Amino acid sequence: MADYKMHLLVCGGTGCNASDSEQIRDNLLTEVEKHDLNDEVQVVMTGCFGFCEKGPIVKILPDNTFYVQVKPEDASTIVEEHLIKGRKVERLLYKDPENNEPISDSKHMEFYKKQVRIALRNCGFINPENIDEYIARDGYAALAKCLGERTPQQVIDEIKLSGQRGRGGGGFPTGLKWEITSKSVADQKYVVCNADEGDPGAFMDRSILEGDPHSVIEAMAICGYCTGSTKGLVYIRAEYPLAIQRLKTAIKQAREYGLLGDEIFGTPFSFDITLRYGAGAFVCGEETALIHSMEGLRGEPTFKPPFPSESGYLGKPTTVNNVETLASIPVIINKGAAFFNSIGTAKSKGTKVFALAGKINNVGLIEVPMGTTLREVIFDIGGGIKGGKKFKAVQTGGPSGGCLTNSFLDTPIDYDNLISAGSMMGSGGMIVMDEDDCMVSIAKFYLEFTLDESCGKCTPCRIGNKRLFEILDKITKGLGTEEDLSRLRSLCKVIKDTSLCGLGQTSPNPILSTLDNFYDEYLAHVKEHKCPAGQCKSLVKYTINHDKCTGCTLCFRNCPVGAIAGEKRAPHTIDNSICIKCGVCYDKCKFDAISVS
Amino acid sequence: MNKIKSLDDLRQLREGMQAKIKLRESGNNSENIVRIKVAMSTCGIASGAKEIMNFLMDELEQKAIEAVVSQTGCMGYCYAEPTIEVTVPGREPIVFGDVDKFRAAEIIEKYIIHNELVDGILPVNYRSIDN
Repeated sequence: MADYKMHLLVCGGTGCNASDSEQIRDNLLTEVEKHDLNDEVQVVMTGCFGFCEKGPIVKILPDNTFYVQVKPEDASTIVEEHLIKGRKVERLLYKDPENNEPISDSKHMEFYKKQVRIALRNCGFINPENIDEYIARDGYAALAKCLGERTPQQVIDEIKLSGQRGRGGGGFPTGLKWEITSKSVADQKYVVCNADEGDPGAFMDRSILEGDPHSVIEAMAICGYCTGSTKGLVYIRAEYPLAIQRLKTAIKQAREYGLLGDEIFGTPFSFDITLRYGAGAFVCGEETALIHSMEGLRGEPTFKPPFPSESGYLGKPTTVNNVETLASIPVIINKGAAFFNSIGTAKSKGTKVFALAGKINNVGLIEVPMGTTLREVIFDIGGGIKGGKKFKAVQTGGPSGGCLTNSFLDTPIDYDNLISAGSMMGSGGMIVMDEDDCMVSIAKFYLEFTLDESCGKCTPCRIGNKRLFEILDKITKGLGTEEDLSRLRSLCKVIKDTSLCGLGQTSPNPILSTLDNFYDEYLAHVKEHKCPAGQCKSLVKYTINHDKCTGCTLCFRNCPVGAIAGEKRAPHTIDNSICIKCGVCYDKCKFDAISVS
Repeated sequence: MNKIKSLDDLRQLREGMQAKIKLRESGNNSENIVRIKVAMSTCGIASGAKEIMNFLMDELEQKAIEAVVSQTGCMGYCYAEPTIEVTVPGREPIVFGDVDKFRAAEIIEKYIIHNELVDGILPVNYRSIDN
């Protein structure tokens, strides 16, 4: 059996693959064989390195040499120079963009800094059901530090200094929120963790609760100490059963260690946490609606002020923080505000977790410093667009956000930049769309979601969104007119201006941003009654190319509505007045004779 | 379980735990302890992580390889679930993606026993806050 001393890792990610990484692997294999190194050197394909702009990548273990932009013909040089003579091939090494010095050891490369895991520091690292593993990773040290060495105000000042802003979407400064509650006078105050994650495609809060529940518990206790609250509540959706179970286990373990309960760390401070289950309503992520839901009332928002920090749960001062916000708190205390503050942009500090989804190669959960560009996220970490298609837009902020196009790819991501670009940070869902997506249908999809989720309390949201949806539906069916576009715009504005809570105030955003960025596509739908992306079924027309049709009758036999006619071994035709555009004939045809227009 | 009553108690516990984990990782105690972490959040479990975890435990036991198989949270590689991280003493941890039973057996046979890598390694592409 071979005893390998060296491993050559060739990136097999989609980006590198497109630039011949398989050929590189094959050439390396041939070279290794030629020099009789089969028993000492192994060549393997790996997943994406997340460094696609410099691909294809070849990494050599154990010395961590990192070769970039390797060509198939470089294989012999790598084997002869590096493997046999032990000299690194300098021209293939990654050069430091600052001083152009080649970097030989990948551990010193800048690109490892593209992702920094603060909120996700323990996710995928520790066993979430074992409190000891959390403690070994400095767990509960921040709580001990706060209780033992600092006054509540000092801790609040530290959080304020760190510049952390709420990760749930609004971006309200966390320290300030805590300070307001701490200054409110009441016999009882509450700490609430908002784990009602509702954006379609966002799952960062679930992952944190499932992977590192103690970080949230610890932060809630710290918040309790700072604000003078003894009771914590986690509002979590019932459709997250595993997160609930891990959280329950974690709370039980923390109680057994005395890290929750009375006189924590031998100090007079007492704190305990209970869970409240939400039935999964999007509007309950809004803090006033969330509080009403916890009180057993309908999950409807109320007008602010008063803010929950002054009058919240059961009329008492309540701090509501998002899961991801809380998960970062222990790091701010342990490493200091300056550490957190050193990461990010002028007005947005620290890191943000994003759930990458849609037409992207590396669908996943990532955490990047604020100020990272969309291009770095989509094309480097995300590995680019699936199937080598063209990037069209990325939706951030879920149903409350907007679509960002090509021109925003180099915009650094932070709260303020996203808002000025016509979108928002939201909770961190990022849905990538390619050239095959119809932007009118995308806007309609989000509207359908808000329509379902509107609580119905205020008229603009309840009726306005319904009307918006009807207009969009009309457009996607080819029945829209140009006047509909201006009607859309003015109705959007009214809904934004007059809705009671964030849900209604932001629900027109997907329409407005697609109108701004893809007006041509809307025009094509209303003027030419065409869907450029070929997604709107009513506007699609299937035709059979008589030159290619062999009359095999396969489409005829599979058509569910009998819209296809024709004799055996003679070209068939589709009757478009009967056709329901299901696309079965298109899928079934073996001769590529059916075309969509 | 003893209650943690002071900061010193916590420090002591932390140091004890760190020593225990370090021992496990460097394998000073037992040269052959392999550590495998299986990413087990909802998404991982949905794509079969639980079966893989059971399979790994059975296989390792059958082959008499001393190993600790534990669960952990989401590693973030949704496109390659189920994912596992394998740490063999003296070597750096390696993450493997798309692990089905066939690949799991291959990883044990080739990587753990013979230090031979198999296709489909997920390179680490982030920085942790520890360094």
